[in-house]
Amino acid sequence: MSDSENKKFINDVPLDIARFGLPGQYNISVKQDSDDIFEDSKVFVNIGPTHPAMHGAFRCMAKLNGEIIEKSYCEFGYTHRGKEKLGENRTYHQYVVYTDRLNYCSSLINNVTYAMAVERMMGIEVPERAIWIRMMCAEIARVIDHLICVGINAVDLGAFSYFLYGYHQREKAYTLIEKLCGARLTTSYTRIGGLMADAPDGWEKEVKEWVKETEAVIEEMDQLLTENRIWLKRTKDVAIFNKEQCLKYSFTGPNARAAGIDIDLRRDQPCMFYDKIDFDIPVAQVGDVFDRYFVRMEEMKQSLKMITQCADRIKKGPVWADDKRTRIPDKDVVYNTMEGLIHHFKFFMTGFKVPPGEAYTSFEAANGELGFYIISKGDSSAHRMRIRSPSFWHYQGLDPMIQGEFIADLVAALGSINVIAGELDR
Amino acid sequence: MDVNTPVPTIYGYFLEKFGALWDQQTEELKADFGEKIEAILKPGTDKTDLPIIFVSKNGFHNLLTVLKEKHGYSFLTDYTASDEETAPRFHLIVHLMNPENKARIRVKVKLNENETIATLIPIWPGANWAEREIFDMFGIQFEGHPDLRRILMDIRWEGHPLRKDYPLRGYQVFITPEPLDPELLK
Amino acid sequence: MAKDGSADFFTTKLDTMVNWARKNSLFPLPFGTSCCGIELMSTLAAGYDMARFGAEVVRFSPRQSDLLICAGIVNLKMAPVLRNIYDHMADPKWVISMGACASSGGIFNVYSVTQGIDTVIPVDVYVPGCPPGPEGLINALLRLEEMISRGDTHSLKRERQIREVSHGR
Repeated sequence: MSDSENKKFINDVPLDIARFGLPGQYNISVKQDSDDIFEDSKVFVNIGPTHPAMHGAFRCMAKLNGEIIEKSYCEFGYTHRGKEKLGENRTYHQYVVYTDRLNYCSSLINNVTYAMAVERMMGIEVPERAIWIRMMCAEIARVIDHLICVGINAVDLGAFSYFLYGYHQREKAYTLIEKLCGARLTTSYTRIGGLMADAPDGWEKEVKEWVKETEAVIEEMDQLLTENRIWLKRTKDVAIFNKEQCLKYSFTGPNARAAGIDIDLRRDQPCMFYDKIDFDIPVAQVGDVFDRYFVRMEEMKQSLKMITQCADRIKKGPVWADDKRTRIPDKDVVYNTMEGLIHHFKFFMTGFKVPPGEAYTSFEAANGELGFYIISKGDSSAHRMRIRSPSFWHYQGLDPMIQGEFIADLVAALGSINVIAGELDR
Repeated sequence: MDVNTPVPTIYGYFLEKFGALWDQQTEELKADFGEKIEAILKPGTDKTDLPIIFVSKNGFHNLLTVLKEKHGYSFLTDYTASDEETAPRFHLIVHLMNPENKARIRVKVKLNENETIATLIPIWPGANWAEREIFDMFGIQFEGHPDLRRILMDIRWEGHPLRKDYPLRGYQVFITPEPLDPELLK
Repeated sequence: MAKDGSADFFTTKLDTMVNWARKNSLFPLPFGTSCCGIELMSTLAAGYDMARFGAEVVRFSPRQSDLLICAGIVNLKMAPVLRNIYDHMADPKWVISMGACASSGGIFNVYSVTQGIDTVIPVDVYVPGCPPGPEGLINALLRLEEMISRGDTHSLKRERQIREVSHGR
C-alpha cells in the first residue's frame, strides 16, 4: 500500500466525532411482546460492554426465563487493536512491546513465548542464565495472574477482602519485576536472543523471600475461602464444562485441567529447562467453577515450588546470546566506533531479517496454550503473525457453559474462565 | 548465516520424537487420498517445523475427519488463514494436536478470492468463532455456517483488515453503537 | 459577630464554596477496558488507596458518578459507547484520560483504534504512561481537584457560558 492511500483514509475521518455525538439509543433492550412477557416471563437482557462484572469490554445478550438463561450470545471486539496486522508492519524487535498487551496480567509469559518463537526460527541458543531467569519470570507471572483471577472471581461473588490479600502480594511481585525491568505491568523484558538486562544482585534471594511470604498468604487464602460454605454453594456444580466439551471447544490450560484433560505443555512439550526441575500438575475431574478455582490455587503452589528450584540453580553468566544479528550493540561501541554506530542505526531502522519458513511455537501461558505462528518470507517483519490466544477459545465456550444456569452464575462462570480482553481481541 | 538458509532444524525435540510417526502417517494419507493431497512438506528438508499437508478443497473435510478419527489428531489447536498475494490468494491453515502423545500437524488448503468452503463446525464445534474471525479478517465465506457475522470489527465495517491490500490506518468511524440482533435469540 | 470582633463566618463567592465541595467528593466511574484497568485497580486497592484523596466511592452507573476515568484503549467500536456513557452522566462532570492509548492511541496507530478519546469527549486531565503507575493517577486526581477549585474544567466552563447566555450578558 502506498502513503497516498493511507492519507486518503485518514482524511475521510471526521476528526471530531463529538460533533455528531448526540445521545444515541440506550442499549439495554428489554423486549416486551405484548402478553408474552406475562405468560412465560421471557426477558432479553444485555450485559456490557462496560459492565463491572464483565472484566473489561465484553458483551453478553441473554434470553431469560425467570432467572434462568435460556439462550445467550456473546459479543466482543471492543478492545481490538490490530496486533496481528501490526505484526506484519513492525520489525521483530519492535514487536516485543505489543506482546505485553496480550494478556496484561502476566505479560512476562507473553514476552518469553514471543522471544522463543523468533529464536527458534533463527536458530539462536539462549545463554543458560537467561533461560533460568525467563523461567522464574514465567512462573512469577503465572502466580500473579492466578492471584488476580481467583481474587476477582471472589469479588464478583461477594468476597471482597479475599481480593485484597492476593492483591497485596501482587504489589510485592510488582516490586520484584520493577527491579528487573523498570516497569510494573507491561514489562517488555525479553529481547530476541536474551534479556533486556541482567537481574540485579541478590534478586534471587528477594524472590525466595517473596515465595515464602506468598506461600503463607496462599495458605491463608485457602483457609479463608476454599471451605467456606457460601463459596461452595455458589461454585460447586455451577457452570460445568466436562471433558468432551472441553475437547470440542479447544479448551487448554487450567480450565481444561479442571475438567480432567491432563495436558500441560511445560511437561508434555518441554522447552527451556522445564524437564530439569520437578513439579506436579494438578488435575480435577468435574469442571465446574470450584474446580477451576481449585486447580488455579494448586498451580500457584506448584509454581512457587518451581521458582525456588530455579533460584537455587541460577548461576552467573551472560544474559544475551552473542549473535551479531539480534544483539543490540553496547553503548560503548556505538558512541566510540563507526561500525558500532552503523550497526546500531541499521538495527533500529531496518531490523534484522529472519530466514524464510514457518513455525508454530507454543507455551503454557497462565490461561492456556499461547502460540505464535509466524510465517516469514525472509524479511525484517513477518508475513503473517498469528497469535493463538487461549482466551478466544475459552470465551467461545461460555455460551454452552451457561445454558440453563442462573443469570447470577454467569458472573461466576466468566470470572472462573479468566477471559482477558487484550488477549481475546488482540 | 545468509538470510536464505532454511529454518534451522532445532526442532530436535519434535523430529526425534515424532519424525518416524509423521513419516508413517503421511505415507498412509498419501495412499488413502492419492491426488487430493497436493503436496507434503516435512521438517528437516523443508522450511517448516511441522509437516504441512496441502490438500485440495474437495478433500479437505475427509482429510480432517481421517486425521481426527484414525490418527488421533482430535484437538483443534488453531484455525486461521493467510493472504499470500499470489494466484490462489488465501491459505486456510489448520493446526491439529493429538492429545495422547502431543504430536502436532498442519493442514493447509488453497483458496482463490471469492471461493467458498464448507464449514468445520460438524467436526469441531469450536471452529465456529475461528471461522467468523477468518471471515471478518480475510473475507472468506464458509458454507453452512449458522451465524457468519463479523466478530472483532463492527458489523457495519467495510473491507477485511488482514488482507494485504487493506491499509494499516484505514479507519472507519461510526457514530452510534453497534446494533444488536435480537433475531439471534429466537 | 462576637464581642471581641472575631467573626464566626467568612465571606466567599458561592462558586468557590460549591467547587470546594465538588472537588472533595468525586464519584469515579472506572471505564477500564484493558491494561490500564489493572493499574486503576491497584490505585483503588489497599496499597495506594485512592480514597485518601476524596474519590472513595466507585460507582459503576454513569448516573451516579461525576468523574469518568477512561483507563485503556477505546477503539472505534467502543467510541460511541463511551460517548453514550459520557452523555448519561449528570453535569458537572469530569474526565481523566488514563494512559497513552486513551490519550493519543499510543503505540496502536492502526485501523481499529481511536487516536485519543478527545476526538469523542472533552478531556480535562491526561495521564501519560503505558500504563501509568498509581502515583501518576493520584497526581492526575490532585491536578483535577486543583482545576475544579479554579473552575477551569470543560464542564464548569460550559456551565459558565450557559449562565452568561441565559442572563443575556
